[in-house]
Amino acid sequence: MTLAQLQTVQGAADALAGQGYLADRPLAMAVHLAVVLGQPLLLEGEAGVGKTEVARALAGAVGARLIRLQCHEGIDVHHAVYDWDYARQLLALRAAEGGLDEGELFSRRFLLRRPLLDALESDSELPVVLLIDEIDRADDEFEAFLLEFLSDFAVTIPELGTIEARRRPIVLLTSNRTRELHDALKRRCLYHWIDYPTPERERAIVAARLPGVPERIAARVVEAVGRLREHGDLYKLPGVGETIVWARALLALGDEVALEDTLGVALKVHEDVQRVRERGVLEGV
Amino acid sequence: MSRLGELARALRAQGTRVGVGELLGAVRCLDAVDCSSRDDVRLALRAALCSSQADLERFDLAFGIVYGVERAAAERDDPLAPLGQVERAVLPRVGIVDPRGGEARPDAEAVPAAWSDIEILREKDFARYTEEEMALARELIARLARRHPTRMSRRTRATRRRAELPDLRRTVQASLRTGGEPLRRRWREPTRRPRQLVLVCDVSGSMAPYARMLLQYMHASVAARRRVEAFAFGTRLTRITQELAGRDHDLALERAMAAVTDFSGGTRIGAAIAELNRAHGRRIGRGAVIVILSDGWDRGDPAQLDAEMARLRRAAHRLVWLNPLAAHPDYQPLARGMQAAVPHTDRLLAGNSLASIEQLAQLLEEM
Repeated sequence: MTLAQLQTVQGAADALAGQGYLADRPLAMAVHLAVVLGQPLLLEGEAGVGKTEVARALAGAVGARLIRLQCHEGIDVHHAVYDWDYARQLLALRAAEGGLDEGELFSRRFLLRRPLLDALESDSELPVVLLIDEIDRADDEFEAFLLEFLSDFAVTIPELGTIEARRRPIVLLTSNRTRELHDALKRRCLYHWIDYPTPERERAIVAARLPGVPERIAARVVEAVGRLREHGDLYKLPGVGETIVWARALLALGDEVALEDTLGVALKVHEDVQRVRERGVLEGV
Repeated sequence: MSRLGELARALRAQGTRVGVGELLGAVRCLDAVDCSSRDDVRLALRAALCSSQADLERFDLAFGIVYGVERAAAERDDPLAPLGQVERAVLPRVGIVDPRGGEARPDAEAVPAAWSDIEILREKDFARYTEEEMALARELIARLARRHPTRMSRRTRATRRRAELPDLRRTVQASLRTGGEPLRRRWREPTRRPRQLVLVCDVSGSMAPYARMLLQYMHASVAARRRVEAFAFGTRLTRITQELAGRDHDLALERAMAAVTDFSGGTRIGAAIAELNRAHGRRIGRGAVIVILSDGWDRGDPAQLDAEMARLRRAAHRLVWLNPLAAHPDYQPLARGMQAAVPHTDRLLAGNSLASIEQLAQLLEEM
């Protein structure tokens, strides 16, 4: 598997499939364009449709390193780009008994590289795949910083100067839409909305992820999650991740077990479980 | 290439933002794919030109119009689609009577003759406001809307005080001056951020006298802050955050009213809250302050309202209910809807006058 394979849309789909990720054509197109154009790709979709998995599969397909930045509330440059190793600085200062000047103190020796800097400084032949996960959890200030980062692929560390990317990383961003992202950030990215897969595709996904799973189990589970998603009255719908775990549960328990008894695999809200049981949503599956 | 321009026009006519940057991106995308395949062109352009889920549907419609083939289907879906923006603007929207009485007023700012004008307004019920009084109150409402709930942030800032968190960076720098001994310690303290505020306004018939002023408050809140979500409901829920955004007051209210299709109709609060919980659960997130503005006259199922309010309460930091009827000193929550909802609310306020909005602002600030 190489980067060259991603030069066509079909090649991108095949490369992802080789990693056990069955992408539909629109997603393969989006990934192909992100690689060919070197533009970041923003992935949105319901929880558990496999947004993060795309990055893992892409990195696997290219044979590149996956660098992941998990965003969280309050994330700032020191979490994302670099920080100084203060404990070691203090130790070094004491050991030198004041004989260290500021230049030595803020040199590479005491620099801690965080994911974004790591992505810029990777010395491999291949571009790294940089996954910026759940960007909607970060705040506006960080989003503004990211905007700059994604246009220049360079960061400035006051004590060291500007560091530019040796090779532009392939960047994927995911968002759960807990808030709207800034327009400027969106405009910098290609966009793809990952939908729930069709039943045929979902069966294929189960088969790909759990080799040797009996067809009947895959069909049962896919039918069941399909019914839950269509039910329309649940707080949280099961994602593809839940489908796979459910199939694994049936594989362990044997196919005879009633789906309602294992509902906790797919639904995590008490009211949802109750509702499904009361209304017999899964009858006959 | 000219067709790309047409496509951009068709997208813009539907409200999608397409700038020069997007167009350049689209051209680069077209270079990268096999242009003889209609589907590839469609997918490539879609990735370049869309930036939200709502855009996807608009794009498919616009693509059908411009690149043909599915023209028939597009026309069936939306008879207005082939019209340009100008033609659309001429079409009548929804039959809303101009509340200002039809006569277009010049944009003269109403200036209070004396401060006491506002003082008198403070206690006056919104339902008895005249047009002039509404305009007078606008400035005050905007000021009240700037007072908002906050929460602790995980971001910190340097402080001179002795605090909980050591500031290692500044401590190291300070120790350079004392021969490497960290004699002077430095500290950081957490900052505060605006807490998410969710405003849900009942615009059914019985709330009509209040809805306009409350929408004004919602508009001012959305305009003043970043983390506000606004919804309106009668029989169904509509998100109006984007419609209310922007500085132009009248335009924002007009957009919001056009978006809400069930103005001055019946009420099904339970169904509206259910929709809020399901379709917008993520957007509201956990830890928000949720303010519901409604008189609680509900024609829906009280059991549903009870269950949905319980769910909403669990996700919220605080749940406040504003009921104009509660202004009456003898008010008892007897309406079925209120009876179901009150056990799940933290505070019940009146929301019928400037004074009560001020009370709300005070409450929000303390949260």
